[in-house]
Amino acid sequence: MYTTETRGSRIFKVFNMIFLTCVSAACLIPFIHILALSLSDNAAVMAGQVKLWPVRWTVEPYLYVLEKQPFWRAFGITIQRVVLGTLLNMFLVILLAYPLSKGKHKFSKRMLYVWFFFLTMLFNGGLIPSYILMKELGLMDTIWVLILPGAVNIFNLLLMLNFFRQIPDEMEDAANIDGAGHWRTLWQIYVPMSTPAIATIALFFIVGHWNAWFDGLIYMNRASNYPLQSYLQTVVLQFNFQTMSPTEAERLARLNDRSIKGAQMIVAAIPILVVYPFLQKYFVSGIRLGSVKG
Amino acid sequence: MLLPGVAFVLLFAYVPMGGVSIAFQNFLPLRGLFNQDWNGLENFRYIFSMPNIWQVVWNTLFIAVMKIIAGLVVPITFALLLNEVKNVVFKRTTQTIIYFPYFLSWIILGGILIDILSPSSGIVNQFLGLFGVSPIYFLGENSWFPFTMVASDVWKTFGFSTIIYLAAITSIDPSLYEAAAVDGAGRWKQTWHITLPGMQMIIVLLMVLSLGNVLDAGFDQIFNLYSPQVYASGDIIDTMVYRMGLQQAQFGPSTAVGLLKSLVSFILISTSYLIAYRVFNYRLF
Repeated sequence: MYTTETRGSRIFKVFNMIFLTCVSAACLIPFIHILALSLSDNAAVMAGQVKLWPVRWTVEPYLYVLEKQPFWRAFGITIQRVVLGTLLNMFLVILLAYPLSKGKHKFSKRMLYVWFFFLTMLFNGGLIPSYILMKELGLMDTIWVLILPGAVNIFNLLLMLNFFRQIPDEMEDAANIDGAGHWRTLWQIYVPMSTPAIATIALFFIVGHWNAWFDGLIYMNRASNYPLQSYLQTVVLQFNFQTMSPTEAERLARLNDRSIKGAQMIVAAIPILVVYPFLQKYFVSGIRLGSVKG
Repeated sequence: MLLPGVAFVLLFAYVPMGGVSIAFQNFLPLRGLFNQDWNGLENFRYIFSMPNIWQVVWNTLFIAVMKIIAGLVVPITFALLLNEVKNVVFKRTTQTIIYFPYFLSWIILGGILIDILSPSSGIVNQFLGLFGVSPIYFLGENSWFPFTMVASDVWKTFGFSTIIYLAAITSIDPSLYEAAAVDGAGRWKQTWHITLPGMQMIIVLLMVLSLGNVLDAGFDQIFNLYSPQVYASGDIIDTMVYRMGLQQAQFGPSTAVGLLKSLVSFILISTSYLIAYRVFNYRLF
């Protein structure tokens, strides 16, 4: 904006900065508070002394969490899910987006297929029919129930498809003349040319798999098959003292329940924190990628 | 190349669509898929005779519409304010902070909210206590629950939307501001006559597209934060479908509620895309 500095505009500037700082602080404080709780001594937490800085530092809650076998098992299942799920998701998205990105003159039934996929974004069978289907397929309590139903993600497919459409047709024609078939054109020309789009969509999938909890909760009958977020859902949100062994209960008497919950949430948030810089970098371009088309 | 994807979608999306036939059956899981008794519209009669059904519909609409409105007003305001900041480091730091909760699951955010909003030990009530406010049970009182849902949803999502609007602002031609400044327009006038009209397209487009969400009050959030004492204000269609279907095993009625919701949503989403397409030439593919 082009304005001259007036008294009013300077006052506005100061208040604006103060206001924005306060809102950002309000967004951040809950996390800092939980972090402080997770690093504080039981008595301090009980007495309500812990605000934004740990009181009488201890890593005991973290040790407790890291020694907990169910936590690690759930962590492992989530890792499995993220790796397998994202690979399958990406493979299918790329494979589908390529033919669907072709113009009508090259692929006459294109719109029919696009509508076949798009329709599932508009209407779905709902919870119970899907649940019964998984049961009938015998997928309950297997890792596949977390991966296969969401294997094709329509929204990301549309993103990928629109990105592929921006690649000039001449690229494909040139590859054709050089004797490359569709398969080679896709993997050796289209995919390397689309790295930003592929990185964005892969991040969407990774975060999606990492954060998913509901499918684990309903499709796994045994708690030992829960992925991390479903496991956290049961221990953090529906915590229940009756499910603990006596030795665990004794140890817990020395530790604060709020600290342990805090520690678990922090550990589960760390991977997101690690990929956060990439998310920030790619998400905005990802949003544009989805919206820029004519 | 299309074959594997088509097969997956056929099995996991279209087969469940056929499964909505359960809504017209007296479905008993032990009898297998094809050996069920049809009972016509009995399940629908049953759900509309439930005493709390309209309350649930109302809760859904109330929470969802409030979220849509707050989800427009807060990020637009924030984007405008952030746009006034010239300090790049400050701007980027603010964005980084407000954007972060968007990527965490409602499990983690729910756990944090339950802790900080607790009436006995939560930091929010401790803070309010400094001003002499007596503890508020944000998650346990019907008068507070829907607003707590809206506010915490804003906390999670507004940073993300702010960035979309900021992107729209940066795409406005800077020469417009120069011209306006030459004509003597001050900051307010520039915001009102250039920035806002420049964002108009994206604002109206997102408004239209959010029409499809009026029956989605946010299952992930509410399921993790509600409790029986706030069913009166916080039970929404999706949570009811879950409890009826998977906890009480009333498969028929639960599917019937889900089917009605899917149908209404289908009409709303289609309409919103149609408007977006006709008016803004917005195309998904």
